[in-house]
Amino acid sequence: MQVQQGLLSLALLVPLGAIAQTLEFSLTIKNHRFVPPELTVPAGKKLKLVIDNQDATPEEFESHALRLEKVIPGRSKGSLKLGPLKPGRYGFVGEFHESTAKGTLLAK
Amino acid sequence: MLGSAVVVFRETLEAALIVAIVMGASRGVAGRGRWIAGGVVLGIAGALIVAAFAGAIAEAVQGRGQEIFNATVLLVAVAMLAWHNVWMSSHARKHVAEMRHLGHDVSVGAKPMSAMLAVTALAVLREGAETVLFLYGLIASGGTAGLLLGGILGLIGGAGIGVLLYFGLLRVPLRHFFTVTGIVVLLLAAGLASSAAGYLVQAGLLPPLIDQVWNSSGVLSSASFVGRMLHVLIGYNDRPTGIELLFYVATLVTIVSLMRIVGARATRDAREQAAKQGAPA
Repeated sequence: MQVQQGLLSLALLVPLGAIAQTLEFSLTIKNHRFVPPELTVPAGKKLKLVIDNQDATPEEFESHALRLEKVIPGRSKGSLKLGPLKPGRYGFVGEFHESTAKGTLLAK
Repeated sequence: MLGSAVVVFRETLEAALIVAIVMGASRGVAGRGRWIAGGVVLGIAGALIVAAFAGAIAEAVQGRGQEIFNATVLLVAVAMLAWHNVWMSSHARKHVAEMRHLGHDVSVGAKPMSAMLAVTALAVLREGAETVLFLYGLIASGGTAGLLLGGILGLIGGAGIGVLLYFGLLRVPLRHFFTVTGIVVLLLAAGLASSAAGYLVQAGLLPPLIDQVWNSSGVLSSASFVGRMLHVLIGYNDRPTGIELLFYVATLVTIVSLMRIVGARATRDAREQAAKQGAPA
């Protein structure tokens, strides 16, 4: 009984906690470039990154440093969860247009 | 041209390596070429469908559709690889004996080969969908013939590495062959399971547990060619999260335990069989 209550409160608390702490940031892809090319985010917090691909063509957001990989179809948005991050610089690219689509996430 | 060759090469590489492993692991099976070719064709068809609905998949389940889809595809492949390895742990000895005795390929029934068909199809589908999207983007933005040629070269390059891996595997003596492919399949499955965990973290469905267990990007970066190869083959990750490591180890332990249990039972049955046959004489 106690275990059940514990699990129930855990199930209720975890998502609430996650919503309360998650900070949202957005990034735009235009002409196969990231805007802004450098995005500053707080370190040690859970983050949600919304990527708005305004190009007509799909892009694959990829970061080895952040271990993220997501295809964002043309003229659509994609979101991903990350963090909490240690302070530092984390590079990312648009894999389909790597020569122009480069950016950095700066966690402070 | 080089840029598009590199992208397609990377996307093709993972599928090509997996197909090569599947080809190796099903050595000596009659009709395996047809099964695996069928898997590739199904995978390409699936990739076209997934690419066409990429937008809808991405938006599904509150924007988590793509991650859930990728994780599901990976975990189904893991289950199929696990099942194949467990099946082999009780059939490998007999399989090799029959291959030697008959001097040609052995018919093993549809079950183990349908698992390998599924693994092939899933690998081609996942990586193929990204390739299709990339090539679609090239064409839609008025890509030149050079870019498309680059794509084709990348495809050939990726497939070529797969062929090299397959012929490399074939050099292993038959006596040890299925032990080696068994280990290769085991590590492949563990790596795919840890990739699935990565997608579920990205979707916010699993906690990372530990943000970074180690950082070996200075020694061998996951972004390098060797890093990418090892990522597919053994699940190498230069900055794994706790949950990715947990999925990796749990998959290894689960498959090895099942192989041991099933293998031990097969050995015992074979011994009992031999004792029965030996008794009257």
